[in-house]
Amino acid sequence: MLLQRFLIRLLTMLITLFGVAVVVFIVIRVAPGDPIAMMVPPGATDADIARLRALYGLDKTIVQQFFIWLSGVVRGDFGTSISLRQDVLGLVFNRLPATLELAIVALLMAVALGGTTAILGARERGTAVEAGIDIASGAALSIPDFLWGLVLILLFGVLVPIFDISGRVSPQLDLPFVTQFYLFESILRLRFDLTWDLLKHMLMPAVALALPLAAIISQLLKQSLKEVLDLDYVVLARVKGFSETQVILREALKNAALPTLTLVGVQFTFLIGGTVIVERLFSYEGLGNMAIDAVINRDLPLIQGIVLVFALLFVLINLAVDMMYALLNPRLRHG
Amino acid sequence: MDEGRARRRGVSPRLWLAGGWLLLALLAAIFAPLVAPQDPLAQDLMLERLPPFWISGAEPGYWLGTDSLGRDLLSRLIFGGRIAFIVAFAAAIAACLVGSMLGLVAGYFGGWADLVISRIVDVWMAFPPVLFAILLVAVLGTGLSSVILAIAIIDWTRFCRVIRAETMGQSRMDYVENARIAGHGRIGIMLREVLPNVVPSIVALLSLEMGIAVIVEAILSFVNLSISTDDPTWGGIIAEGRLSIHQAWWVLVFPLITLILTVLSFSQFGEALKTRFDPVLR
Repeated sequence: MLLQRFLIRLLTMLITLFGVAVVVFIVIRVAPGDPIAMMVPPGATDADIARLRALYGLDKTIVQQFFIWLSGVVRGDFGTSISLRQDVLGLVFNRLPATLELAIVALLMAVALGGTTAILGARERGTAVEAGIDIASGAALSIPDFLWGLVLILLFGVLVPIFDISGRVSPQLDLPFVTQFYLFESILRLRFDLTWDLLKHMLMPAVALALPLAAIISQLLKQSLKEVLDLDYVVLARVKGFSETQVILREALKNAALPTLTLVGVQFTFLIGGTVIVERLFSYEGLGNMAIDAVINRDLPLIQGIVLVFALLFVLINLAVDMMYALLNPRLRHG
Repeated sequence: MDEGRARRRGVSPRLWLAGGWLLLALLAAIFAPLVAPQDPLAQDLMLERLPPFWISGAEPGYWLGTDSLGRDLLSRLIFGGRIAFIVAFAAAIAACLVGSMLGLVAGYFGGWADLVISRIVDVWMAFPPVLFAILLVAVLGTGLSSVILAIAIIDWTRFCRVIRAETMGQSRMDYVENARIAGHGRIGIMLREVLPNVVPSIVALLSLEMGIAVIVEAILSFVNLSISTDDPTWGGIIAEGRLSIHQAWWVLVFPLITLILTVLSFSQFGEALKTRFDPVLR
């Protein structure tokens, strides 16, 4: 049952990825403007240009180009970046950790903030506290990450300049890292001075990304909690003399969390999508920032690679959430 | 029931506030040449980075101050509203038409139609939307119609997903079965019976999408990929404000407030309209 479900999801995932590859290829190939024309120095002969076109495979038909590119991708060869003259996969892997760290920190913040306000709101249901939480989460949800980022830049970059609003790490620091996961590695190396510097840079973009998701978690989890809190077994726990907070944490949360979990999965992909502009806003050196540069430079192989990596990330997250849901949901587990 | 109705009616101030702001901004945009105190493009280096009116050093006639080229901020915001509203209406309506139609078909007919449409939606959802928008505008070339087209191409899935699910729910209801027994054709039933019942959701989504379109346009302007650089846009002003944030905070603050109010208003307006149009609640 579970295996069958997994295999079906895996198949649809591959279809989706193939679809993404086709769409991005078509979109890029209809682009006016010749990337080769931008590379060659003035005075290059037609023969030089033709040789370059052949080098990048641009002299073949679109269908041929697609399958040449796809067969490379399957073997892990994403081609060479036109603007940076480097291996696309290497460039992507170099930047991906920065984006992943940002997204994970934002996710943790969203879960912590959303979870706390949901529990608080459920405990204080019907009071001014709940009403306040509702208003705050409504506002947090309606305002997108781009605008939150700007608000944070104004508040903590200009008005009270306590956080860094540009870059990933202070440039004067000597970095001992061997991986690109600076934050995680700094913790493992017990270099908390570097951890602090990284966090100071990461905090504002992460909060901007986290706020809308925190609002969604807060609203949905509070709703589920309030429904569960009227059920017999919870009432029984209350009769046994547990305090309301204990009742929520020990009895209600477990059963109320499942619908929220599914939603968090989908919303996490939206959060990762948001990193593109938020990284730009905070000059954070991640994948999204590189993607925008790649589009501006018409760097076709790099754009294709980045979009495909994002798509892969998205479908993997959806797959993981789907499997987790199947494992945790008793009705599906025994079905 | 009565209590619920009273609460629904309590939504009204929200509708009025949101609608009021949108109307004000829309009228200012339409009548921009009459309303704007200055020429939004006129540069005057003698007047650069004037603060807003309540701070000493302000010039009369430049209510919200000027940017680093001495251009009047209020006038630029008013003219920028033109592009914002054109994009909001055109892109949202285009996305709504395509998405709602495909959602209706997928939800009502099911089978192969649903399978194909749902797979396309899956593919679309696997793109980071901002990156997709930037890529499309880069490909289509900058300009108003490219921006509108790009937003419509990306955001139709938002309508499609919701309308598909609602249509599926409606299709199982008795009234649809009754219409079928009464001998109505399938397309007729879909358009005459099912569609009116999903309209409240469409209206709410449409309003929400207008807010999103305003943001996407601002983001595109921010990365310098929207309309020509001559016309003031809210995103373009924000990009300038981000650069001169330490010298002239107002160049960022006022367009930001404008954007936040507009986005909040569109989403609140949609929510309020939904409860108003909902046949069950009404």
